[in-house]
Amino acid sequence: MTIPNIVGAGLIVIGAGLGIGKIGGSAMDAIARQPEATSKIQTAMIIAAALIEGIGFAALFAA
Amino acid sequence: MRRKLSLLAILVALLIGSAASANDNHPHEGGHAGTQSKKDSPEKVKSFIKHHLKDAHYFELFHGAKMPLPIIIWDEGFKGFSSSDFIKVEVKEVRAADSTITFQKLGINDTVAKENKDYLYESQTSGYSLFHGKIIAAKHADIQLKLNKDGKKKLVSHSALLDFSITKTVIMTFIICVLLFLAFRALSSSYRKGPIPSGFVRLLEPLVLFIRDDIAIPNIGEKHYKKYMSYLLTVFFFIWFVNLAGMTPLGINITGNIAITLSLALITYLITQFTANKNYWGHIFWMPGVPVPMKFVLMPIELLGTIIKPFSLMIRLYANITAGHVVLMSLIGLVFFASNLFSLGAFFGLTLFLGVIELLVAFLQAYIFTMLTALYFGAAVEEHHDEH
Repeated sequence: MTIPNIVGAGLIVIGAGLGIGKIGGSAMDAIARQPEATSKIQTAMIIAAALIEGIGFAALFAA
Repeated sequence: MRRKLSLLAILVALLIGSAASANDNHPHEGGHAGTQSKKDSPEKVKSFIKHHLKDAHYFELFHGAKMPLPIIIWDEGFKGFSSSDFIKVEVKEVRAADSTITFQKLGINDTVAKENKDYLYESQTSGYSLFHGKIIAAKHADIQLKLNKDGKKKLVSHSALLDFSITKTVIMTFIICVLLFLAFRALSSSYRKGPIPSGFVRLLEPLVLFIRDDIAIPNIGEKHYKKYMSYLLTVFFFIWFVNLAGMTPLGINITGNIAITLSLALITYLITQFTANKNYWGHIFWMPGVPVPMKFVLMPIELLGTIIKPFSLMIRLYANITAGHVVLMSLIGLVFFASNLFSLGAFFGLTLFLGVIELLVAFLQAYIFTMLTALYFGAAVEEHHDEH
């Protein structure tokens, strides 16, 4: 692993972390507002998080 | 009570056995030699993790308890022999001026610098050898490596042979399949006796209902979900059981093997394409509701999208499980470098914590794979709806 690779991997992790954090935070807000829709929100949250994670891993393999 | 006690006794015996065999590794280290062992142990842990992530031609429960597995290769006809036929040969690298590397067998008294030392397994009865997990139709004297510009060694190609061996991954996959068959066989036969399953299989019923009510019906729809249920259930329980088996100390890593996730994603892709209706293809080749020039732009993008979807399924499962295993094994490796009791406790606690997280990930990845598969199936069978 060279230094550009390590920096790239770090950037990917920061980006993916920010993305998943935003999704999680928004889902928390939404659940707090509408607790009766918890299961639907959770499903949508997990799908969105999984998509970001997939891209993050693909980028990590490239780095 | 007696059963519990005997179980406990077996566990303790196993623990002591593995601890004793771990000690056998370094019979002469300790005391002053401790500094030496500390110096090279990170590399040992690293190579151990690397070996764990790879497939193997033997099944090793703990150090010293190696079970050979059959090797089946196609080299102008099928040939089979046991992997216990392979014996270890230590070699030294000889580098020529044109950056090719050949091997020379090491004598007992020869001492070579560590970076020039390598090893491979040679078959005693046939002309094959096992070089870092790869079967080659050559003995050590005929193997040639080439040193690339980036410092990596690459095998100079030998005669092509196909490896159909029953490796560690394959045999564990078989075992998981049998386990799944027995469990669900018991579940289905228990419905013949009455409406409520009894015993262990009662655990499986809510999960089956969960797949049907929370994954299949919302994503595929009331009308079409039934024909996909068998695949969704199979893929969910297969991935989940396999992930859980990876958390046992048996040292197996099935879904962290890209060939397995590739096959699973490929089945999803094929089912999606072959059960898709007119509406689905219409959305790919002639997107309704957009201007005509845009339809031509969208066509290759949508076509590429059908391949990217299963590709991301493959990468996600593989990378998640691999990353989980690497982190967990690195933390377990750290326990051996703990210099005081506090750090030992901290590493142990961290390992336990991540182990529990990995149990969650095992379920979550199976859930996500099934969920996204259902989503793609749903897109394939969606009925035409009028333009708004």
